[in-house]
Amino acid sequence: MTDTPDLECRAISKSFDDFQAVRDVSFGVPKGTFFSILGPSGCGKTTLLRMIAGFQKPSAGDLLIKGRSVLDVPPNKRPVSMVFQHLALFPMMNIGANVGFGLRQRGVNKTDIKKQVDRVLDRVGLAGVAERPVTSLSGGQKQRVAIARCMVLEPDVLLLDEPLGALDLKLREHMKVELKQLQSEFNTTFVYITHDQSEALVMSDQVAVMNNGVFEQVGSARDLYYAPDTAFVAGFVGEANRFTAKVDTAAAGRLSMTTDQGRPLAGVDAGQGVGVGERVTVFIRPEAVRIARTEKEVASLGNKGQASVTNVLFNGGNSQLILRDEQTGVALNVALPQTGEFRDLAPGDTVHFGWQPDQTRVYREGQP
Amino acid sequence: MTSNRSKLTFWLLMAPLLLWLLLLIILPHVGMFIVSLREKVGVREYETGFANYAVFFNEPLYWNTFARTAYMSISATVLTLLIGFPIAYYIAKLTRGRSKTTLFLMCLIPFWVSELVRTFGWMILLRETGVISNLLQDLGLVSGPVEMLYNDAAIMIGLVYTSMLFMVVPLVTTLDSLDDSLIEAGYDLGGSSVSILREIVIPHALPGIVSGCIVVFMLSLGNYLTPILLGGKDSLWFTGLIYNQFITRFNWELGSAFGFLLLGLSSLIVFVGLKLSGQSLTRTMAQ
Repeated sequence: MTDTPDLECRAISKSFDDFQAVRDVSFGVPKGTFFSILGPSGCGKTTLLRMIAGFQKPSAGDLLIKGRSVLDVPPNKRPVSMVFQHLALFPMMNIGANVGFGLRQRGVNKTDIKKQVDRVLDRVGLAGVAERPVTSLSGGQKQRVAIARCMVLEPDVLLLDEPLGALDLKLREHMKVELKQLQSEFNTTFVYITHDQSEALVMSDQVAVMNNGVFEQVGSARDLYYAPDTAFVAGFVGEANRFTAKVDTAAAGRLSMTTDQGRPLAGVDAGQGVGVGERVTVFIRPEAVRIARTEKEVASLGNKGQASVTNVLFNGGNSQLILRDEQTGVALNVALPQTGEFRDLAPGDTVHFGWQPDQTRVYREGQP
Repeated sequence: MTSNRSKLTFWLLMAPLLLWLLLLIILPHVGMFIVSLREKVGVREYETGFANYAVFFNEPLYWNTFARTAYMSISATVLTLLIGFPIAYYIAKLTRGRSKTTLFLMCLIPFWVSELVRTFGWMILLRETGVISNLLQDLGLVSGPVEMLYNDAAIMIGLVYTSMLFMVVPLVTTLDSLDDSLIEAGYDLGGSSVSILREIVIPHALPGIVSGCIVVFMLSLGNYLTPILLGGKDSLWFTGLIYNQFITRFNWELGSAFGFLLLGLSSLIVFVGLKLSGQSLTRTMAQ
């Protein structure tokens, strides 16, 4: 590796009086990457971001930007900018003054400020609004002004603290695409924190899943979805059916086990080296389960059975079926295929279901 | 039916306020204005005219006192703002929960005793045989007793001390409503403490600053006890002149005229202050 990462954290920790918010987190973000930190509220992601911005000092560890330690650099001297959760646009200034604030602090002369402000506003698609008050903008436009205000300073790293949280659903979907576009246009390293997995999965090159102050897994969105390292990631990213079971046989990562309700299952070890007799948690994604009208269609699958439909949760393309396994009486969440053949499925109908052992990921029970 | 009843309710609720305004503010002022227009031409003989107002403009002592009162009140207001702002900022932004309430209460405590007692407290501290004078002698810093009372500095101390709360309360309220993330964003974008104070904190707090200043200025201008007690007989405070006309000289006509001039002066200065700061009275008072 000859390239130094734009941002590097080395064994960063932060503890408050009686509580450790961030524990020994290390990661590097290469230049031009959209890096997301995904985690439930209270997992320490905001603390981590505030440490990178300089508002909080790590208890231990080192923080490097472009290869230089910035631990002793105050927030107003760090080459990072932050888009705040509620954007924190200055209501006492007009849009141009907001965007030009950072340049004014650097002592850039007035004509250059105006030129640069106009250019950056143009790049975010808001040309000619510089004289207007902040309150005249819609939520999405404010978002873009907040990003323009940071990008005009050409920071090495742009930090974003759940900036889409306050927007309504439709706009949020739209802004996801737009943010990703802006990122590739500016070619700046973005560090984005969120609790919304779809934001993280759609936009990011790399996603870190954080829980209880540690990174559970860092990888591409695809890795996290198809090959979660830990039970927490499997449960947090995407939907999943979860069972507890006991391992019967184990050979070269292939496991067979029996659920507590008595259904035999075949699955794969998620890399934890589970042994015979151990109690495990099993995850199966609703999308991975195939349903069929006849038994023959699922005959080739490693795990299969027959169930009755208890409920159809119709939600367009994201519709779900709730099945009741006829053998064990356990509820099973299954994505409803929108290919047409199951359009008339109704509660009470009987279907056959099945899934591949490869899609059945097994984790040691009790491990986070 | 309902509209009649709601009307009745409205007037009943408004009655105390209206009575208060009419009986205690409007009627006395109308009476005073009429008195101020009476010229005494002989025993129990009066004419209507502006002679009482003319007396004010023809006698340098009167309008000098008038100007001095205004100047001292403005100085006291500025001084209170300069001392009160850091205190308010500390209470609003740098403390949380319990300590915030405690600090706020500490600002309030001096007001549990009357103004007279508070002013006597300062006299005990500042007079020739007072606490500070004795302390300085005991420490060997001065050879004889020092008199710190009966000068402009003593008046200023008293005025600032008396009005501090009225500056701190509106400031704390406005600063409390300033989102911390705005200050953080300012730092994040490379701002220094000074530029953040100038560009973000003060513009946000301006309505509070103006309303605090108006109240403190009015209180100082209309104060009687503090300037007289701490400034002695040379204090030359305009309210003192009014008192003299009414009580000592028994010249109600001139006293009333002075009263109206004071009202006009304070209104004018507040108006100019609002214009200079670009604030409107309604916006300031809504804080």
